[in-house]
Amino acid sequence: MPTRTIAGKTVTVNDEGFMTNPAEWSKEIAAELAKEEGLPTLTDAHWKVIDYCRQEGTATGKAPTLRQITTGAAITTKDMFALFPKGPAKKVARISGLGKPEGCV
Amino acid sequence: MADTNRRIAFICSKGDLDMAYPALIMGWAALGNGIDVTMFFTFWGLDLVTKKRVDRLEIAPVANTSFKMSMMGLPTGNLGIPNIMGIIPGMTAFASWFMKTKMKGLGVPPVREYLQMLSDGGAKMYGCKMTVDMFGIKKEDFLPCIESVVTAGDFMDMTEGSQIIFI
Repeated sequence: MPTRTIAGKTVTVNDEGFMTNPAEWSKEIAAELAKEEGLPTLTDAHWKVIDYCRQEGTATGKAPTLRQITTGAAITTKDMFALFPKGPAKKVARISGLGKPEGCV
Repeated sequence: MADTNRRIAFICSKGDLDMAYPALIMGWAALGNGIDVTMFFTFWGLDLVTKKRVDRLEIAPVANTSFKMSMMGLPTGNLGIPNIMGIIPGMTAFASWFMKTKMKGLGVPPVREYLQMLSDGGAKMYGCKMTVDMFGIKKEDFLPCIESVVTAGDFMDMTEGSQIIFI
């Protein structure tokens, strides 16, 4: 499994750049990954979603899908696309140190 | 990231419940991957986006060779629902109820809600002018997700460079 250094910490990642061990994640890493995803600053609204995904990821071992986020974190689809443009669930999963979300909805 | 975004367009021409979902599911997956989505509803596909029809889409077991009794959990293998049974009043309603229940169990939203999700996610949706004229559908008959009614030529113009999927 390839490794890379993000925010001064060496973490394992897969071929698509998703972290493979959520326990290696930190808020500093999230900020760094967010920049790579075209989000220079993470606001409270971003963190609300990231926190929810971390919580779900820890509980279920899987990154939540977009619909799971909108229903679970009480955020609208519109807001999700505004906060994390172009593929919100995938983007937030990568920033949260989780795998790519599985499932069609 | 490339300057030009990948684009996918769906032509939805069917109004059956089972034929409503392919474009919705693939369109949602496309938006989830940062791909631009355009949807063009034509002929029976307009049922998906008209207020009166969207919640009443159905699936008929008659002449549907894929509709097997085993789908209902019966140990009947490849045995289909006999067409003679399919014509019994209520069979289409039953099959539609059955499919809706199955979809709900999988956490798949109903068509109306799905369309709203796609619209909120940035998908552009249009009605086909020729069919709209033929069926006598008015602007107010459509769900709010329909931006406008356009001709086939307009659709071709707005989907330049798109991958087009006909359903």
